[in-house]
Formats: sequence, structure tokens, C-alpha cells
Amino acid sequence: MDFTLSKEHEMARALFKEFAEKEVKPLAQEVDETEVFPRETVEKMAKLGFLGIPVPKEYGGQGCDPLTYAMCVEELSKVCGTTGVIVSAHTSLCCDPIMTYGTEEQKQKYLIPLAKGEKLGAFGLTEPGAGTDAQGQQTKAVLDGDEWVLNGSKCFITNGKEADVYVIFAITGTVEKRGRMTKEISAFIVEKGTPGFTFGTKEKKMGIRGSSTYELIFTDCRIPKDNLLGQQGKGFGIAMHTLDGGRIGIASQALGLAEGALETTIQYVKERKQFGRTIGAFQNTQFQLADMATKVQAAQLLVYKAAMAKATQKVYSVEAAMAKLYAAEVAMEVTTKAVQLHGGYGYIREYDVERMMRDAKITEIYEGTSEVQRMVISGSLLK
Amino acid sequence: MNLEEYKGVYVFAQQVDNEISSIAFELLGKAKDLAKDLNTEVTAVLVGSGIKGLADQLAEYGADKVIVVDDPELKDYRTEPYAHALSSVINKYKPEIMLVGATAIGRDLGPRVSARVATGLTADCTVLEIGDFPLQAVPGQEQLHNQLLMTRPAFGGNTIATIACPYNRPQMATVRAGVMQKIDPIKGAKAVVEEFNPGFTPDNKYVEILDIVKAVTETVDIMDAKILVSGGRGVGSPENFKILEELAEVLGGTVSCSRAVVDSGWKPKDLQVGQTGKTVRPNVYFAIGISGAIQHVAGMEESDIIVAINKDADAPIFDVADYGVVGDLNKIVPKLTAALKAEIAAAQ
Amino acid sequence: MKIVVCIKQVPDTKGGVKFNPDGTLDRGAMLTIMNPDDKAGLEAALRLKDQYDAEVTVVTMGLPKAEEVLREAMAMGADKGVLVTDRVLGGADTWATSTTLAGAIRNLDYDLIITGRQAIDGDTAQVGPQISEHLNIPVISYAQDIKIEGDSVIVERQYEDRYHVVKAKMPCLITALSELNEPRYMTPGGIFDAYKQEITVWGRADLKDVDDANLGLKGSPTKIAKASDKVRKGAGEKVTLDPDESVSYIVDKLKVKHVI
Repeated sequence: MDFTLSKEHEMARALFKEFAEKEVKPLAQEVDETEVFPRETVEKMAKLGFLGIPVPKEYGGQGCDPLTYAMCVEELSKVCGTTGVIVSAHTSLCCDPIMTYGTEEQKQKYLIPLAKGEKLGAFGLTEPGAGTDAQGQQTKAVLDGDEWVLNGSKCFITNGKEADVYVIFAITGTVEKRGRMTKEISAFIVEKGTPGFTFGTKEKKMGIRGSSTYELIFTDCRIPKDNLLGQQGKGFGIAMHTLDGGRIGIASQALGLAEGALETTIQYVKERKQFGRTIGAFQNTQFQLADMATKVQAAQLLVYKAAMAKATQKVYSVEAAMAKLYAAEVAMEVTTKAVQLHGGYGYIREYDVERMMRDAKITEIYEGTSEVQRMVISGSLLK
Repeated sequence: MNLEEYKGVYVFAQQVDNEISSIAFELLGKAKDLAKDLNTEVTAVLVGSGIKGLADQLAEYGADKVIVVDDPELKDYRTEPYAHALSSVINKYKPEIMLVGATAIGRDLGPRVSARVATGLTADCTVLEIGDFPLQAVPGQEQLHNQLLMTRPAFGGNTIATIACPYNRPQMATVRAGVMQKIDPIKGAKAVVEEFNPGFTPDNKYVEILDIVKAVTETVDIMDAKILVSGGRGVGSPENFKILEELAEVLGGTVSCSRAVVDSGWKPKDLQVGQTGKTVRPNVYFAIGISGAIQHVAGMEESDIIVAINKDADAPIFDVADYGVVGDLNKIVPKLTAALKAEIAAAQ
Repeated sequence: MKIVVCIKQVPDTKGGVKFNPDGTLDRGAMLTIMNPDDKAGLEAALRLKDQYDAEVTVVTMGLPKAEEVLREAMAMGADKGVLVTDRVLGGADTWATSTTLAGAIRNLDYDLIITGRQAIDGDTAQVGPQISEHLNIPVISYAQDIKIEGDSVIVERQYEDRYHVVKAKMPCLITALSELNEPRYMTPGGIFDAYKQEITVWGRADLKDVDDANLGLKGSPTKIAKASDKVRKGAGEKVTLDPDESVSYIVDKLKVKHVI
């Protein structure tokens, strides 16, 4: 068992770190304050291939492994949680399902521009009445000649309105399963600008405030028949499998936030003086930092393990769930402690840890709450 | 190479637009000291077109002899004809020491010439002296006397090294501008003037100058300023730099700034002092509202006198300041300007 | 068109120079980077590659670890990497370094050689012009802009108070200023590709037309008599006074030092 990263991975990390420090960090506070989507940063990342890291080269991507992708989200999130989730939602939730389930034509048409960053992607599963209970879908798609007609709405959609390509889930009928009638869910690719596809209100959030979170509304929205993603009726499986990958992205985001808060705090306690000495000289500070660093390291190992599992295993639901559960809870704990160690300064917006703590909370909620992750993990233990 | 053949301290007397650069006089000042220690003469090498008339000036600043290489090919600086001129002088006259200014010309000419005459070159020296090599006698190694010992900073000024060129001649150095002292010119002094033309035949190495564009800069290069009034984030706003500008004006100085100020878009990059900006060594450096991150300090700690004003008594700038004042710059700086104005007026 | 770019791996001083408790430089604690001027030179070459489909070969001389900087250059888009490494080449001054690099470059086809103006560890700016002398080709130092016109390069050559627009026939050597451009980032895929490529490793025996007497420590005309990591200037005085007293304090000090 080897815990050292390859030279390639080390260099990739150095690249992501340099980009994050130079291009992302200077904007992080402003992005949070103004709640403006960092379009320029996304364009810069597109140019460098950051929006197609795990996509094969023949489809316009970088041909790297999921670990490289995870490190990218991690380094970006160290300085800006918003930028981290933009990349994660685009890559894990839009590129990945098209790469896995798309036809060759769909890949040519959608995956290539997505991976090149010419287009941005999003994923629409959640509905007002269907969060953790994804089966509670209401959005419907009906085949009418050569077109699917979509009606319904999706909420809390990351990259909403900013994205060009959306992977959308809708009910396409009912099927009998073990003697009960259940909803048949299918996945579709919907382009922005399709008549009948509009955006509702923009959500005002506690954290990741620069990420664009919108309600998607479908009113007799007609899309080509060929935009069915995967087989009809297999949508639920596609959604669940996609979320397994997405959780690795969010786990990386959480990890980055925790690392960012830890690094900022280490710096701070070396400079801040109280009672005539730096607060880092107090044993309370030292022990807090020791616990924080240990947990961050443990989270990193889980996240990297899950990323590597995605590269080598067909099923990695449990690894992804554990990584996300733990990294998200560590992010919340570490950012909260970071604020505490900053004292009053930690509570004001001029200091990064304040934002990091707000950003961290969402990692315990989206792409499966911590409770859902526990269900996934325990389900595998007791099956 | 018979080292004994090489005699005299030579200076490349840089001229631009037929006007001798200040560095040439500075080098002559130093060359005079070195020549005295070696009991030899100072020779200036004047290269250009229509420049013979400048020889007297070099004499006034300490040249005993001036070798003039005057040719139309030498009108504006180009590496090849100038390198040919200087290396031909070296080959013919065999100087013991050859000093060149560490200017945009000298740092191009020096290496090309040193490679052509196959000797060592030490870049960007700040101290030159005559001494022994090795500095202390080492058993089994002959200690050579009367060597040129060239001291230079490296690593962005974080290290210093003293270098000798014991077995090759001439001993060549480029010397940083503004470091060596010129002598007070001796009016009417004359030097032996000797003309020498090694012949210039253009070949592929003669580049063509298509255009010369002189930069119109009103601002003084902060690297040349004797007094710098430098502001940091603590100044608070771009408008508030006015109080620093007023202080600089009274002292005949220039305003510079820290990286934070440039990053905030308050001042242009060419005024930035520090590792990622410029390294300065003025006579007086005022650090106002600058915390003194190591990146900044590395760019200004060579200053002769550092005065720091900062409201944070723990600011690291106080670790390098000669005179540190803990207090509010908004209150102190305008009063300081007024007080200095009064002092200067009283002295006149 | 074929371009050779000389690059150097140097300790990073940007993230803060690290000092030992005694004030000397802690080299071990500093990371290494591609020398900034060299990176600008590489970027200039890569732009010519984008424009004219040039082939870019990066050459470095150093310890085997310097391979990293070649991989980085290749991840940015350089086509080939050459590492010149040999124990007998160690301890070289600029003369011996330029002799070595010229010996390596003689094995390569080139229309243009680009080097950085100077390295941030040595700050000499000598190696580029010296290589050009050994190869008997023109040099244009301090380039702030580079264009190609037929078989010539047109370069804006910077001086203190002006710039010259200079035209030179290729082959030619140019030294690049870091102001020349904003170097591109690597790409993630480029990094993995770079590590899959072969790097040419040359030792003493591979250098063309060079004399042993001009290599390494022994072949260096300049000798270090004394080297020291400079101990930083200590703290002077620090006073906390009211504004008027502060002003008098500063004025007095400036008088004592004959500033006014």
C-alpha cells in the first residue's frame, strides 16, 4: 500500500494550487459578497482544460483520472467554495452521465463542448417535493412523435441559468415492480434556450453564494427524441450512479474548505498575540490544531480512496458515501473551530474563515445529506 | 596566458547619444583606488562614433589615458561591433582589470566580450578591492597577491559572495550603477589620448537597428531614487497617497509602494518594491503603513536608513527599521512634511 | 522553425525567503521553480510554435532532479526535453555553464535560441550572451517583444530609457525579460503526457566541441573566495510617542544622518 502521490499528481496539484492562488483567491471575497457567478474564472478554467479533467481526450477532455479531478476541486475549494462546486457540478453531474450513458452522437454533440469548457453543464433531479426522496418526482416527459414533451420544475439547481446543457430527470410512465405500480424515471439532455425551458427565482444562499442556484421550469418543453439519455426507464439508476461520482466531487470540495480553513488558522495563530504571546503558544490552540489536522488528513485519505475506487471499480457507492459523509462533517467542524480560534475577527467577513464556515454547511446537505450517506453505508453493511 | 603581461585598470566608458553615462565616472572613481593599490594607471575605453571630444571629461574624472575607438559602425549600441571594439582593445593592450557598468548595455557587452577573450566575468558587483586569493593562506595552494576581489549580492540580495579570477586576465567585472563614488572632477585635467580602430566588417552578427524609441517617462525610476517614501495598505486609499507625495516632494524623493498597494490597483507595478517588484537601496527609505512582509523587506533592506511609521507595534517592519515610530500615519506624516519644510527653509 | 529554450530550476523566493534562526538562508526549506525569465522565454517560444508551428526543445543543465523543470515545460507545450547532467559539470560559473550548454546545443538543429535574461539565484544575466559567443551567432538581450519576419527576427530590445527595434538574421539568440509576456499554465492532461515522454539525458561525453579545461568547477575562471548568507539587518530603535514628538524624533534623526 503506497500513500505517496505520483510525480504527475504532485505536478497537477501544484498547477491547481497556483491557479487557485493567482486567479481564484483574489476574487473569493467579492464573489461571496456580490453573489455574482465568476464567469471569467470559468472561462480561464475552460481554456486550461479544468472542465474536462476526467473526460477522455477523444471527447475533448484531459484524459486524467478521477483523483486528478478530485485534487482540482480540492485546491479550488481551499480558496473558494463557489468555484469548487461549479467544477464539481459540471464535471460529475453533467459530463460524467453523458460519458457513461450517452450515445456516440450525444457524446459528439454535448460531451466534447462540455469537456472543452465551451459549454457549462448542470443536473436537475431535485424537486420541491423530491429531495432525499428522489422517487417523489413530479416532472413528466411524454413522447409525442419525434419529441419528448417536458412539464414540471426542478429546484436548487447548481449552475442553473449559467449552464448550457442540463441532464434532467422526468417520469416517463409507471411500471409494476414487485406487484406495486412505481414511477418510471428517465434521463434527458436539455439545452438552454429550448422553448418552454425557463428559469424561476435565483436562490439566496447562506454559502457558496457565487454559485448560481436556480429553479428550472419546463412548460411544454419539446426536445428531440434522441435526447433521451440512456435507456428509457433507467433514469433512477443513472441518477444514483451519477450521484456516487458527484459525492466524490463534493467530498473534495469539503476537504478543500477544511484544508483552507486550517491553513488560514495556522497562519493566524502564529501572528495574533494575546497576553503578550502568539495564541499559537497556548496549549488549547495547539491541541485544537492537532485534532483539526488529523481529521483533515483522515478526510483526505477517504476522499482519495474513493476517487481511486472510481477509477478501478464498477461500484463505489460506499466509498463515495463515506468520503462525503466524513469530509463534509470535518469541513463543518474544522471551519467552525477556525472561526473560534480567530475570535471576533473570525466572525467578520473580512476574514476568509467566516465565509469558509458558511460554505462548508452545504456539503453536509447537497448531493445526498449526511443522513442519506449513512443510509447508503449502513445499507451495504446490513444487506 | 602570461598573466604578467596584463597591466593597468581599464574602464569601459559607456556613452549613449554621445553623452557619457554617469556609470563611467563612477567606475573611474573606483578604478583610481584600485590603480593606486596596484601602482598602475587608469585607462578609459571610449567606444562610439564622433566621440573623440569626450576624452577630456574622462580625464577630469580620473582617467590617465583614454583609448578611443571611433567608427561609424559604432553610432548606436549594437552587441557585435562594440564587443569587437572592446575585445580588440583587450587583446592589444592587455589590461589587468576591465570594469564595465552593470547597465542594459554592459550586461550584454560584458559577457559577450569575456567569452571572446576567454576570461571570467563577475556580474553586478557592489564592492571591489585588491587582496589575496585565497583570502587566507591554504597549505599546498599558492596564495596570490594583488588580486581583484569582487563582491556581489546573489539570490535577490539574500546572499553575498566574494569572487576572484586568479588564473585568467583581464579580471572582469560589471559594477552596479550608483554604488561607486565618482571623484570631484579635476578641471582642466588631460589624459593621453590614443586612437585605435580594429576595423569593422559587418557580418551576420551585425544586427540592424530599425528604430529607436525613447521612453517618455515623467516618473523617476524608483531604483535610482535617493529618497523613497513608500506606502503600504495602511495608507488606506489611493487618494491618501497624497500625503506621501507631499513628503517626498519636500525631500526631493519619490513615492514607491508595497505589493498590497499594487494588488489593490492604487499604484502601478513599476513603483512596487519587493521580491516581485524592484530592489531598491536609497539613502533613506520611509516605510509608511507597510507591515513589512519578508517579500517586501527583501527589496528594501539594503537601504542606508530605514524609517518606519506604523500603528501596529508588532509589525515586522520594525525588525529592519533603523528608526521605528509607532503611531497613526495620518497624524504624523502631514506634520512631518510641514516640519521638514520649515527645517529646509531655515537652512537655506 | 526550430527553437531551443534554455531553462533553469531555481529555488523559489516568491513564497518568502526562508531563514535559519541565525539569519542565514534556509535553502532546504524552499521549493524549486522554473526561473521566471526562462519561463517568459519558453512562453515566447510556445507562442511562436502556435503561430508558425515551430518545434520547441527545452534544455537544462543541473542535477538529475532538474528533470522536473523539463516536464513542466513539456506540460506547457514544449516538444522535447534535454537534461545535461554530469558530476564533472558541477560547480560551473557562467563561463563553464555557457560552454556546456553551447556544447549541448551544437547537437541540435535551431533557428532560434531563447534564454531568460537572468536567473533569480545568480542574477548574472551572462549565460545567454556567452552561449551566443561560443556558437558565433548574434545575440539580442533584454527582449520585450519578438516577431518573425522571413528568415529574421525583429525584437524590441529594452534599455533603461528607450528601446531599439532590432532585426537579426536567424540563427540568433534572444534573452527574454519576464515582462515579455504572461506565461501560460500547464494543462492537467499535458502533465500526464509530459511524464510519458522520453527525456534526452546527456553527460560530458555527449557535448560537442568542448574542452575539458572549460567545464565544471575546474574550468571556471571565476573562483569563490568567500560566500556567506547575509545576516539580516537587525532592528534599530522603536518609539511610541505622540504625533508631535514623533515628528521631532524623525527630524532629529534625519539631521544627525545629514539627510537634511
